[in-house]
Amino acid sequence: MIRAALFALLLPLSVSAQEAVQSFAAPAATPDTEIIVRSTTDIAVLTPALNAFVALYPGISITYEQWGSNALYADSRAACEGQIPPADVVFSSGVHQMVDLVNRACASPYVSEITRALPASRTWRDELWGITLEPAVIIYNTALVPAEDAPTTRFALLDLMRRAETPYRGKIATYDVEASGLGFLFAFMDSLEATTFGGLLEGFARTNSVATCCSAEIIDGVASGEYLIAYNVLGSYVSSVPRENIGVIHPDDYTLLLSRAYMIPKTARNKDGAEVLLDFLLSDAGQNILAAGNLVQRPDSDETALSESAQRPIAIDPKLLVAMDRHRRTRFVGQWRSTFGALPAGGFLSAP
Amino acid sequence: MPTDELRVIAAQRSLLSRVMIGVLSLLAVGGCVVLLASFAYGKNAARQAYDRLLIGAANDIAESINIIDGAAVADIPVSAFGLLSLALDDRISYAVRGPDGTLLTGYETALPPEGSARRSPPFYYDSTLQGEPSRFVTVVRRFSERDYSGTVSVTVGQTLRARNEMALNLTKGALVMTGLAGIALILSAYLVIRSAMRPLDQMANELLARDPYDLTPMKAHGPAEVAVMTEAMNRFMQRLDRQIGAMKHLISDTAHQLRTPVAAIRAQAELALEDDKDHQPQRLERLLRRTRSLGNLLDQMLSRALVIHRTDNAPPKPVDLRDIALQVLDDCDPDLLAPGVEVDLIITEAPVIVMADEVSLTEAGKNMLTNALQHGQAPVRIGVSTNTNQSELWVEDAGEGPEQDVLSRIGGRFERSAASRGTSAGLGLSIVHAVAEAFGGKITMGKQANGFRVALVLPTQEEDEL
Repeated sequence: MIRAALFALLLPLSVSAQEAVQSFAAPAATPDTEIIVRSTTDIAVLTPALNAFVALYPGISITYEQWGSNALYADSRAACEGQIPPADVVFSSGVHQMVDLVNRACASPYVSEITRALPASRTWRDELWGITLEPAVIIYNTALVPAEDAPTTRFALLDLMRRAETPYRGKIATYDVEASGLGFLFAFMDSLEATTFGGLLEGFARTNSVATCCSAEIIDGVASGEYLIAYNVLGSYVSSVPRENIGVIHPDDYTLLLSRAYMIPKTARNKDGAEVLLDFLLSDAGQNILAAGNLVQRPDSDETALSESAQRPIAIDPKLLVAMDRHRRTRFVGQWRSTFGALPAGGFLSAP
Repeated sequence: MPTDELRVIAAQRSLLSRVMIGVLSLLAVGGCVVLLASFAYGKNAARQAYDRLLIGAANDIAESINIIDGAAVADIPVSAFGLLSLALDDRISYAVRGPDGTLLTGYETALPPEGSARRSPPFYYDSTLQGEPSRFVTVVRRFSERDYSGTVSVTVGQTLRARNEMALNLTKGALVMTGLAGIALILSAYLVIRSAMRPLDQMANELLARDPYDLTPMKAHGPAEVAVMTEAMNRFMQRLDRQIGAMKHLISDTAHQLRTPVAAIRAQAELALEDDKDHQPQRLERLLRRTRSLGNLLDQMLSRALVIHRTDNAPPKPVDLRDIALQVLDDCDPDLLAPGVEVDLIITEAPVIVMADEVSLTEAGKNMLTNALQHGQAPVRIGVSTNTNQSELWVEDAGEGPEQDVLSRIGGRFERSAASRGTSAGLGLSIVHAVAEAFGGKITMGKQANGFRVALVLPTQEEDEL
């Protein structure tokens, strides 16, 4: 069905490093427009939605580039200032970075019936739209962690880490806030949401927890038993490749919900195509496909039967700009580094 | 008749539409003024409201600055951005700058204007953010710590979308209210004019429905303006009524007065034909006298008709009674009426002014003089006398005057006995009577030292009152 080509590019030194590229077009179609999508989302996760899109609009082909969130932010700012050719769509989980881009007037506005139906917390200025709804979860290795140890709240996790002679020393992992834009966002939101964050940092320090870069690495580590528990993992990635020995917990105290943000750069060459793709992703059909890929958490699904108050969607609004503030960030990262130690020399291995 | 009705309706419509056009143009002009005023007001209100958010955020940020290891470090509170994001769709810029103006944290785009160092903070200014018009505020915080001394400035800016929207909403609200008030105004103006015009309609209908000979006054209904018109129309009808009445009287009098003399003339003529030749010259002589007398009667009747017409139609003018006396003396030929009778003229040196009609007065005077010449005894005098209140034109003769029963009947329309004698003293005095009444005066008759005097008394008109 797909005329697809997968490239894995390794350009670790360049800022504008894309990690993978794939083209999507309907079979036997001769598309006359091409839209370039730069995204932090794994290609595999979005493939069903993109295939459905090109099947529906055979005149449009998609070149999908997968980026790390920090690299994508730097790339988009450079494109905004006209230094490099822009993408037609920027789609990132680093929502605070996207809000910053919009605040720097890098985005192009668009309004349709569908975008107007979005709740106010999932859109800003008609220039940024939250497409997905993905929880930040705690995962654990079901084979190695006893059922009674599985932490259903942050308080349980804290207790687990405070135990003397805890077996979880060096076995708890989370995203590194400097290496991952998404990790920074989750940690920052934690620091705003509740006082448990200070305790968590202290616990991470006490148990020599590991801060690393990428979803896949963390999930694989938990599956293999290298880590026993991982905190603030993006739930959609866990569910996309089901593994038998991984348990997923939506913390009961509160669960952050991330909406990946979709932006059309103001310098985009093919805004029309980008708008069509936006409307498709937000349409019922698009949302159903995304929900099937666990990118949209439905409030009625059984496994996530959380109370309303425990669901904390990360609102797409200017408050996120605080996360981009230089002083605030420096202070936050300093706090983090004092817990987890310096970044490994040469950074983390970039892997999808 | 239908065209007249149409004209009436058209005129009414045009008055209504004229007033409506006036009201509409007033509303249009007023609407423009309200639009401009409310937009200015809305802009001002929005500016004040959002300026407060701006300075609130700036103060929040300024409060969060601490000196850590000799450097100013801001711990930007989320609440500051919460305040700013109350303006839902506006982009934000902020900058924390050290004493030397270097950017400590925030955006380069939030740049205080040149010469701002001399302005006393907090100060607001208008600038742009990525080309979009924006509003900024700068506040400062002074530090004098052991390891840090100087002024840290915080500048916060925001685009104007929410402000403009608020201004627009306020303006819209004002416009809606004005529009509603305008519609109410138009409606009430329409109804008021309609109800004001209704009495005119009623009047027209009443007039149309009237008997052509019905000249009784109409009832005055409706507002004062319409009542004035009714009043004027009633006065006009009264005048018409009087004139028609006068005409009727003239005709009936004429018929009445002429019947006897004409019968007499016919009798004389028949006798002249039948009598023997010797008596014929005598008969003809009588015939001639009768005919002349008839001529006089006709003159007087016409004169009376003239006086009645003029007193109703000619507006009173200042008249010198001395001129009237001279005119009367000129017009009557005493030699013809009473040969050998001298008429003396006795007038004052100063003018004697009354408000009256010259022609009517002259006719009255002529009748008075003629009466005296025909019925009185020489010498006959005509004169004018005056005091501050009253002026009179009088005629005097040396005789005893008419008998008492004649005097009491004088002033009526005609006097049958006079008419039957072929003379017309009664008719003559009735003319004087009519003139006196028309100009607010009266007629007096009585014995004086020198004889019988008839006087036409009129109120004196002071010369300086003219």
